[in-house]
Amino acid sequence: MSDSNEKPVAAKPPLSNERRRQARRRFLRTVLLTGGVMGAALSGYLPLVYAQKQRLRPPGSLDEHDFLASCIKCGQCVQVCPVQAIKLADLVDGFGVGVPYIDARDQACDFSCDAVQCVLACPTGALTYKKPAFLPVREGAGLAGKPVLKAKEKDAENTLNMTERMGVARLVRPELCLAVKGKGFKGTARGDAFKGRMRYMDVDRWKPIHVREHPYDIEECDLCVRECPIRGAISIEMTYAIDGTRRKQPVVHEPCVGCGVCEMICPVEPAAIVVEQREVWKV
Amino acid sequence: MKRLLDQVMIMFGREPKKPAQITERAQQLHALKRMTNKDEFKAAKEHVRAHQQVSHKWRNRRWAALLAANLLFVVSFYFDIQILEGALTASRFIGFHLIDLNSALQVMLAHKHIIVNLVIGTATVFVFWLLVGGRSFCSWVCPYHLVAEWAEKLHLYLVDKKLVSDQNINRGLRSAFWLVFAALAWVTGYTVFEAISPTGILSRALIYGPGVALLWVLALLVFEVFISKRAWCRYACPIGLTYGVVGIFSPLRVKYKLEGCFHEGDCRKVCLVPHVLDTVIKGRAADTEVPIGPDCTRCGLCVDTCPTGSLTFEVKGLSKLI
Repeated sequence: MSDSNEKPVAAKPPLSNERRRQARRRFLRTVLLTGGVMGAALSGYLPLVYAQKQRLRPPGSLDEHDFLASCIKCGQCVQVCPVQAIKLADLVDGFGVGVPYIDARDQACDFSCDAVQCVLACPTGALTYKKPAFLPVREGAGLAGKPVLKAKEKDAENTLNMTERMGVARLVRPELCLAVKGKGFKGTARGDAFKGRMRYMDVDRWKPIHVREHPYDIEECDLCVRECPIRGAISIEMTYAIDGTRRKQPVVHEPCVGCGVCEMICPVEPAAIVVEQREVWKV
Repeated sequence: MKRLLDQVMIMFGREPKKPAQITERAQQLHALKRMTNKDEFKAAKEHVRAHQQVSHKWRNRRWAALLAANLLFVVSFYFDIQILEGALTASRFIGFHLIDLNSALQVMLAHKHIIVNLVIGTATVFVFWLLVGGRSFCSWVCPYHLVAEWAEKLHLYLVDKKLVSDQNINRGLRSAFWLVFAALAWVTGYTVFEAISPTGILSRALIYGPGVALLWVLALLVFEVFISKRAWCRYACPIGLTYGVVGIFSPLRVKYKLEGCFHEGDCRKVCLVPHVLDTVIKGRAADTEVPIGPDCTRCGLCVDTCPTGSLTFEVKGLSKLI
């Protein structure tokens, strides 16, 4: 800039009007493309700001912000899941586009794979067995002990390699719960059109089958307890209702990892029990 | 070295200019072309034109490779044969980690924690593209490149009908985007660019099924057809710049030979990044043979289209060995 004072102004030929117009238009187009790309990129914030979509993430996922930061959106977790519980989010998830989530009511994670395959598949550590030291564990998110997989109860190594829960199950609609009503259940849990699958140990340990191919006939409904893959995570207990009457109801315990099998299998519509994603265990 | 530096600066957005130094032999050739009898020169040119065989050799090979790579992902998942698992952002080839360099960069900057698998995958991909030409990722693998090529045909048809015209944009914008997206990843802790990357969106759409995100890709294509030719690849995509930097030292490149060239400019018309072919303009070549700069995607369209064979693929050092 300093030498422009020394040189005469004529060193730079004046632009013709046409040239000037072209330069201005080119500048405007550059601004247009910049604005379009940046606008699209930053609109990814909107779903996060409004936080309408709280997602249940696969087992072993880091806390939400770290998870979105570290996920490379490749879907390898989707590919290894034996029950195809994991889906990739669409553009409506903003920065979460292409990030895996689980819709438990449609297809819960039932740990059919025994070893949490999605964690093994993750190339960036967004899903991990061992959280790096600099990332704190939220209070109540950590599990008191390694969860025991009912399917592997008799094995020498019978635990799941999980240290934190995905969420916690909660009986949100006790008025619908068949156990609370003291009713039994007969038929297919979710109707004959339901596409969800699950591993039934008495059918085949290695091959999950459709829930619709496994009808039930039980005196008092306890599907959520019966099909929960984790030992000691839920049981039917005798409790007192608000009006003082005694009743039976499913009660969730500390080992609950928030996998969502109870939500998937619950035969009433809408489900009486659901997983609250990212919820921690409160004493 | 000076020339390489110039080529790198041109990749970052500087406009190419006539080289300050031209070798003696090249000066002789330039002079010879000026002195040659105009009629003889024209006759020679027309003779070559008459015998030109229009070839799509490299384009066909490239499309085949691009489709094969992308379909291998699809087939692997669909039939569960586990050859190439994942998507273009990150994958496993027969169990071995491969991670896209720009995606890896975004994740590293956003998450600020790097695990071993991420390093292995990134290093493998880095070495691979270092050997085979950096931006060759763009033209030989990126699915957006293919749809953009088809959109370009539509654009050229509309140009021919005088319905639209190509509106160029400042090339420095891509470098600015690269910096902005790197900074955004670091500051926000979100992989902001991944949310709008048409490469990632298309790759996932192919493998896991289409979604609303394809609308963004469609918007980009509409912009390219009606307003600015190949705008995303030319002026915006930070992935291209990342691979371009990898390609700076790549031995695989297109080489320009001054001697037989008639300077008709067919190559510059088909080129995605015509600024790398500035050297083919009459009087611009600094030497009798000039390797094309790192912004070149090694797509081979210029090699296919050149009537005189003045542009060829070369592997640096290999020709001397043989």
